Amino acid sequence: MRFPNFALNWPAAIALLLLLSSAPAHAGKTLDQIRQRAQLVCGVSTGVIGFSSADSQGRWNGLDVDVCRAIAAAVLNDPNKVKYVPLNAQQRFTALQSGEVDLLSRNTTWTLTRDASLGLHFTAITYHDGQGFLVPKKLKLTSAKQLKNAEICVQSGTTTEKNLSDYFKAQGIRIKPVVFEKFEASIKAFFSGRCQAYTTDASALAFIRAKEAPRPDDYAVLPELISKEPLGPVVRRGDDEWFAIVKWVIFALIEAEEYGVTQANLEQMKASGDPAIQRLLGTAEDSGKLLGLDRDWAARAVKAVGNYGEMFQRNVGDASPLKLRAALNALWSKGGRKVAVQAGRVRWA
Amino acid sequence: MADFRHAAFATPLLAGGLLAGLWWLLDVTAANMHERGIRSGFGFLSDPAGFGIGESLLPFDSADSTLWALAAGLANTLRVALPAIVFSTLLGTLIGLGRLSPNLLLRGLCAVYVETLRNVPLLLHLLAWYFVVTDLLPPASDALQLAPHVFLGKSGLALPWPGGDSGLFDLPARGEMGIVGGAVLTPEFLALFLGLTLYTAAYVAETVRAGIQSVPRGQSDAGLALGLTRARLFRLVLLPQALRSIIPPLTNQHLSLTKNASLAVAIGYPDLVSVANTTLNQTGRAAECIALIMAVYLILSILTAWLSAWLERRTGRWAER
Amino acid sequence: MNRVATTRAWLRRNLFSDVFSGLTTLLLLAGGVHWLPGLIDWVLLQAVFTPDAAACEAVDHAGACWGVVAEKYRFILFGRYPYAEQWRPLLATTLLLLVIVASGLRLLACGPLLAAWLLALPAFFVLMGGGYFGLTAVGSDLWGGLPLTLLLATMGMLLALPLAVLVALGRQSSLPLPRALCTVYVELVRGVPLISVLFLASFLFPIILPQGSSVDVLLRVQGGIVLFAAAYLSETIRGGLQAVPGGQHDAAAALGLGRWQAMRWIILPQALRAVIPSVMNSAVSIFKDTSLVTVVSLYELTGALSLALAGDAEWRSFHLEGYLFIGLIYWIGCYAMSRFSRTLELEGGLQRKSLQGLG
Repeated sequence: MRFPNFALNWPAAIALLLLLSSAPAHAGKTLDQIRQRAQLVCGVSTGVIGFSSADSQGRWNGLDVDVCRAIAAAVLNDPNKVKYVPLNAQQRFTALQSGEVDLLSRNTTWTLTRDASLGLHFTAITYHDGQGFLVPKKLKLTSAKQLKNAEICVQSGTTTEKNLSDYFKAQGIRIKPVVFEKFEASIKAFFSGRCQAYTTDASALAFIRAKEAPRPDDYAVLPELISKEPLGPVVRRGDDEWFAIVKWVIFALIEAEEYGVTQANLEQMKASGDPAIQRLLGTAEDSGKLLGLDRDWAARAVKAVGNYGEMFQRNVGDASPLKLRAALNALWSKGGRKVAVQAGRVRWA
Repeated sequence: MADFRHAAFATPLLAGGLLAGLWWLLDVTAANMHERGIRSGFGFLSDPAGFGIGESLLPFDSADSTLWALAAGLANTLRVALPAIVFSTLLGTLIGLGRLSPNLLLRGLCAVYVETLRNVPLLLHLLAWYFVVTDLLPPASDALQLAPHVFLGKSGLALPWPGGDSGLFDLPARGEMGIVGGAVLTPEFLALFLGLTLYTAAYVAETVRAGIQSVPRGQSDAGLALGLTRARLFRLVLLPQALRSIIPPLTNQHLSLTKNASLAVAIGYPDLVSVANTTLNQTGRAAECIALIMAVYLILSILTAWLSAWLERRTGRWAER
Repeated sequence: MNRVATTRAWLRRNLFSDVFSGLTTLLLLAGGVHWLPGLIDWVLLQAVFTPDAAACEAVDHAGACWGVVAEKYRFILFGRYPYAEQWRPLLATTLLLLVIVASGLRLLACGPLLAAWLLALPAFFVLMGGGYFGLTAVGSDLWGGLPLTLLLATMGMLLALPLAVLVALGRQSSLPLPRALCTVYVELVRGVPLISVLFLASFLFPIILPQGSSVDVLLRVQGGIVLFAAAYLSETIRGGLQAVPGGQHDAAAALGLGRWQAMRWIILPQALRAVIPSVMNSAVSIFKDTSLVTVVSLYELTGALSLALAGDAEWRSFHLEGYLFIGLIYWIGCYAMSRFSRTLELEGGLQRKSLQGLG
């Protein structure tokens, strides 16, 4: 009777099997893998206009998508060598943790819990957002503080639910969240009149009011922003080189805005005598070798998507249907919060 | 029947084995996650939840622990599942009997009910009901008044409820943001309750019909020959025998209904799965949250199996009496 | 004269057999008179059939707005699949449906039928995915609507069946290890809701899998559906195995067949034949259950409908008509399958009877 004996050991047998199949494969660093497959795998949203959305041809565009394109340009010398993996809010972190994507560029809020407990690193802030409220005008509300006893529609899977609860708790106001799993369901419920308010990041509210409302003029965004939402790309822990590349490509895009380097004037700027610009575009010293890239990595990123200001204008600013003002997302020298972590001469605009 | 009793005895053993297996699988995954720098463990359950729950049977505040939030979610699941079980069984039994009626119209109507409802996915039922409740009813500010202090609108059905600060009953009344006070059955609850009840009733009807038809014809003939009236014949002869073959599949239907209540997540009712899903998003603890959902449902299934076996024994005795 | 008499007898038997029955008839007729005109009004007379949002708005739900279906049917049926390429999912769906119907009606003999399946399935994937024969590649994240529903249900059944047979045999096994494993698997899966299995497939499979080996979300969800369906199917098949009379085992043994030979040639064919109607019922369940994958962001029929209507303010308030439309599609599929199952059941009953007659 050999089998009964073996049977006693079956947990051990499966344990072995599973351990074998799930042995952590740190084979090759992220950068090597990307180069090997000649493709950057970028996790994006399933469709947030202005940040990442696919058109009817399946072409992706938006601010978050441009970050992917800039990194692909810097690393692979081709902004189009990106595979976009649309992820919903719940799937996004596991997709990154498991290595399904190299980079998560999906309007994701930087929080302590996420940064410290999910095995992830937030790289840099690409958009400063804040949570607001959309309400029907016929309720004649002027402030979020009037939302006493209101039912508020919210999509699950975001920091929104927590901010909502925190804010009204601090105000001593009782509200009822109505939580939906999917964006479409939450929007449908709000516009059918199920809730007295809809809450999400202000950038999305503008879009929802303009594009989703039956009559945009019947709805208003309340003045309060109840949270600060620093959004940025995320990478896995354990690969510091890749972390540094993503971080510095974003800084380079911001620096380019600071120095006035644009997609259009890039070639002229390469001839510039300004040492800061020379350093950025790799015409003087070779900053690329420190990152494991070649010397004109930053120039390629700017050539692919323009500097940060151009990205902003094209995707969410005046040149887009959203028409968001830069506000917090302007350069620090223009009263915003955008700053590239790079020592250098200040150029006041 | 002996087979069934045997299954009931095996259940606790099986349950132990399952939970141990589940626990161990978690352990392996946890090791895997540790390797990737992902924090794991069930420590987050004692942290404050931080999010609100729209409606809850248990008193819940965002400062309460995540565990309590999940308990509130489970209470919400049972809050919709138990009434739905009762009503679907009643309605289903009526329709099942209707399908055996000598009246052609009634028989046809019941057949149409069963064939229409059970051949469409439950999710679609729920979405459609939710749409009907939230889109076609008037907004909260001018809710329909069905009776004194009973309001029906997009914010749900508001009913007077014992308690409250002023007097015996807490009475709903019109307020600034719609209806204030009373007990409110939200549109999410109403849609889920209606959808689950009507859908499951179709299955219950088929179970009841099959159960009654399984009693040999000779039994009715014999009963009638003895001079029993149709009602007495049904109560004394057909029902006890039919119940034996009805109860096991019926408890299965009840269990499915409870599991189907997890579709609440699609229409925004804060059941266990919905709260666990929110927790998952807040904490990123995917493995733990999914394991919790599964463990809770497994325990519910095992309890139902026990209950079913107990009922089996009781009806057995009843039939022998 | 005679006809009048028969009619009266018929009426008496079917509608007015006693006081209660008579009252029921009158009540139902009254209900019909009261409700039917309104229903007909809504469905047909006042309904708007043209894709004209303004006209629908004007009717204000007094009549159905079937225009929403006329306007959005391509989005509902094919989801986000590139518009210009939508002949491909149409062709793929038609092919697969033809093979399924041919199998159901037994239009083809066993050999040609197998060949048809072996041709149709790869053709389906090539048409949908592209990348060959000059077809542009379309990522599986853009697949949606009816083809996705069909794919999930068909592949779910095709892959779950063999697995279910294995598990059912495993539960019958005298070896403790496979028996315990199969029992744990079946009871575990049957004890939890499908949605948790889909969450598992969507969120947890990636963590359990080795790093870097990414599996497409569609594939993971399909895997989840197969695992779920197989647990239920295996119980059905186990029932069939138990129903095979013990004499069959003895007879096979007497013929000198080994345990596995007996299983392969004697027991299993009888067991499977006996459970085909129940298997069809499981197929109906799986077909309906595929609607749940919308919760993990796959846009099959139900998901495609939400995507088509919720994202369009003009048409958003006509969801009910959309639900009825896809409800009809589901209904046709499920009803056809359950009729088929009932036919098989009747045939099986007749066959058993004739066998008993012989014996």
